[in-house]
Amino acid sequence: MADSTLPIHGSLDLTPPQEREQNLIEILHSWVITVDHKKLGLLYMIMAIFFLLVAGLEAILIRIQLVVPDNHFVSPATFNRLFTMHGTTMVFLVGMPLVFAWGNYIIPLQIGARDMAFPRLNSFSFWLTFLGGVLLYYSFIGGPGLYGTGSAPDITWWAYAPLTLKAFSPGNAPDYWALALLTTGFGTLGGAINIIATVVSMRCKGMTLMRMPLFCWLLFVDAALILVTITPLTAAQVMLLIDRYLGGHFFDTQAGGSAVIWMHFFWIFGHPEVYVLVFPAFAIASEVIPVFSRKAIFGYPAMVAASVGIAFVSLGVWAHHMFTVGMTSAGNAFFVLSTMLVGIPTGIKIFNWLATMWGGRIRFATPMLFCTAFLFQFLIAGLTGIILSTGAWDWQLHNSYFVPAHFHYVLIGAIVFNVFAGIYYWYPKATGRMMSETLGKWHFWLFLIGFHVTFDTMHFVGFEGMPRWIYTYPADRGWQHLNLVISIGGLIQAVAILVFAWNLISSLFIGKKAGNDPWDAWTLEWITPSPPPVYNFATEPVVHSRRPLWDLKHPEDPDWKYD
Amino acid sequence: MLPKWLRVERIVWLAFASALALSGHAFAESTQSNTSVFSPASTPAAQEFQLGLFVFSITAAIFVVVGGLLTYVVIRYRARPGDEQSEPPQVYGSNQVELAWTVIPVLIVVVLFLTTARVIFAIQDAPKPDSALEVTVVGHQYWWEFRYPKQGIDAVNEIHVPLSSADHPAPTYLKLLSADTDHSFWVPRLSGKTDLIPNHPNDLWIEPMQPGLYLGQCAQFCGVQHANMLLRVYVDTPEQFAAWAANQAKPGVQDSSVAAGRHVFETQACMNCHTVKGTAATGRFGPDLTHIMSRDTIASGMIPNTQDNLKAWIKNPDTFKPGCLMPAMQLTDEQIDQVTSYLETLK
Repeated sequence: MADSTLPIHGSLDLTPPQEREQNLIEILHSWVITVDHKKLGLLYMIMAIFFLLVAGLEAILIRIQLVVPDNHFVSPATFNRLFTMHGTTMVFLVGMPLVFAWGNYIIPLQIGARDMAFPRLNSFSFWLTFLGGVLLYYSFIGGPGLYGTGSAPDITWWAYAPLTLKAFSPGNAPDYWALALLTTGFGTLGGAINIIATVVSMRCKGMTLMRMPLFCWLLFVDAALILVTITPLTAAQVMLLIDRYLGGHFFDTQAGGSAVIWMHFFWIFGHPEVYVLVFPAFAIASEVIPVFSRKAIFGYPAMVAASVGIAFVSLGVWAHHMFTVGMTSAGNAFFVLSTMLVGIPTGIKIFNWLATMWGGRIRFATPMLFCTAFLFQFLIAGLTGIILSTGAWDWQLHNSYFVPAHFHYVLIGAIVFNVFAGIYYWYPKATGRMMSETLGKWHFWLFLIGFHVTFDTMHFVGFEGMPRWIYTYPADRGWQHLNLVISIGGLIQAVAILVFAWNLISSLFIGKKAGNDPWDAWTLEWITPSPPPVYNFATEPVVHSRRPLWDLKHPEDPDWKYD
Repeated sequence: MLPKWLRVERIVWLAFASALALSGHAFAESTQSNTSVFSPASTPAAQEFQLGLFVFSITAAIFVVVGGLLTYVVIRYRARPGDEQSEPPQVYGSNQVELAWTVIPVLIVVVLFLTTARVIFAIQDAPKPDSALEVTVVGHQYWWEFRYPKQGIDAVNEIHVPLSSADHPAPTYLKLLSADTDHSFWVPRLSGKTDLIPNHPNDLWIEPMQPGLYLGQCAQFCGVQHANMLLRVYVDTPEQFAAWAANQAKPGVQDSSVAAGRHVFETQACMNCHTVKGTAATGRFGPDLTHIMSRDTIASGMIPNTQDNLKAWIKNPDTFKPGCLMPAMQLTDEQIDQVTSYLETLK
């Protein structure tokens, strides 16, 4: 499908261009120049899945190195690069593109719009984000600058100063890291502005803010949160580059700079970032759980309020990553309280999803399986978060393997599980074909088992005092059995991902035809053909309630009666 | 249908039971480890552990209630054959219910916060008794320096502290500094960790109540050999500690039989980085070697302090610790033998 039929020199050719077979070059070209929100959404998704595989491979190498004590599978320097790249990639090149993959593809369809508010900004934002990914991975070749061997950054994804300064990190590896994050950061800001503008100004007739699907609400709040959080990160990268190249002393402790100020800049971005990444997962759960439970979402206004509440409170909790850096006791106590407060709106969300399922007739198709696992795992992740929020006990757990266990429970147990749910749920819409349910169930159970074998065990090796970021450990510590178990779980997850990848690709060719509305769902995207035409809707839809398709299917008991 | 469902249910319970048994085993095993957070041997570590147990029990209770409800909903409200015909009753929400599940978490947060704050203030603002030992810890890339200002001791990697008891409290107060990047001092059985940050002095105290050796390591990524920045804390009886301190305060042993080795030490680059008190060697960049033979390990707790290891280390430190900052000085085998003999006299 072409993206525009711009008239040339006054002559107006109304022949639909897609009637002519396009050759491969033309198809590829149409993807590169596209400003269509659906194609851009898919590009974001493809980018995220590609980097998920790359960073997953890095995780596998990390786990092979740690499978036995005193292992020599990779060198210490290589190991440090692997976990730095794994973390940076997963956050900035997987998690962030996923926000915009969902936001771009789904929001205009759900609010009855023909595109995002700023299609060209949309395209620009994607290609900036992609350029950031290329920059980061180019560091494997270009990292050392003029001397040394090939290198990527080995500074952890926190990149704490002064380790990132010239004195401790010569070469250019940290520069690629900083520039990559600056570049993706600008892409992210552009995308966030676009989502906000779209939600504010592009809703179809009758769709008041309080009739908007929760999915759009969550992405809307997410975009607002991005505007606030990415900014300090961008500022910090600029300061870091000034230190490295222009003789600045922001973080140069030997010249009186402050290492702690970097931590504040990083975590005032870094903690809300967790919520930025998890909101799309909440958004997916808020669509999938009602549809597969066959009930309207329970407590819609409470869900909106909880989302906004989480976003606000999350901006005041950052220093719970810094309980060990020597804040005053009052300062520590403040961040204990603010962190625990986040648990309240988060709990409200879990309870509302639970209440949505209560009294329903839950169909356990693959998307719902992933969402159900998400509920259990997000509950545990929240509770380990509460455990970590207790400052004094966190002095023990901070930077132990308990912390990676906790945040992988959020990032995989909650986010990745729901991303899979979302892919199984909307794949038919985007491609016109269903994904295989059989492979889907294999994928789900294998991934569930692998996930728990790996990350449940990680909590315990943390209790045994194993710190994160270590490339090896002495045999006398007694950590080897648990590390072996963790690595085995990693391999099971890798197999599950291969099943998923096969399902994703093969269903494109042999999947069952989906039709417009395979799940009997209620939001506007299911009224258009699958895949939707470039213009989404031939005429602007008019809605009267939160579930326009429910109203259509149940004229005897429409939602708008209860508004 | 029913027998199959039962089989599935059985498998689920079996998996759940074995997971529980395995984690129970892992939990029990973890208290045996010398780096376990579950076997505190010092006052602050014990207070943190008690807080940990308290928050564990609360979160476990929440998990049982909410997880139980989730399980109930999944089993009770799963779609059964024939359910496709009609939709369930639509419920849109309830303000009373929302209020209830907002207020209960608020109460839990209040309790948890007050308990946590009490422990934070108790540990962080504990008054320093006059009997406390003061030690300045300086983190270096991949090794630890321990200065005892009142005793005039410069120890390295292996820190000795006195045992404390109810009758004779002898806590050790650590001042934490860094010579280069961020590090973190973590010996789980003695205390939670506190970071060593350049330009940002921190404090930490321990009060060990059982003698013995406690292991730990750097817990903040500090560079390529972060993993091998290991820590050993020896908790001595007061007599042992006095004897150790008296020996450490002496200058290096001067033994004329190893003059050749000392000559190598002082004419090759060794003395630029290392100190041997009482000699011309006063370098501060690397560990103080005045009493190297009083230590059980070299390379920051990484390898036993044996003659073979010393020789191999001097020949090329990268064989043990690739990326560490000590260079291989290209000494001849004869020079290495001489230097090692010299070091072996530094008791």
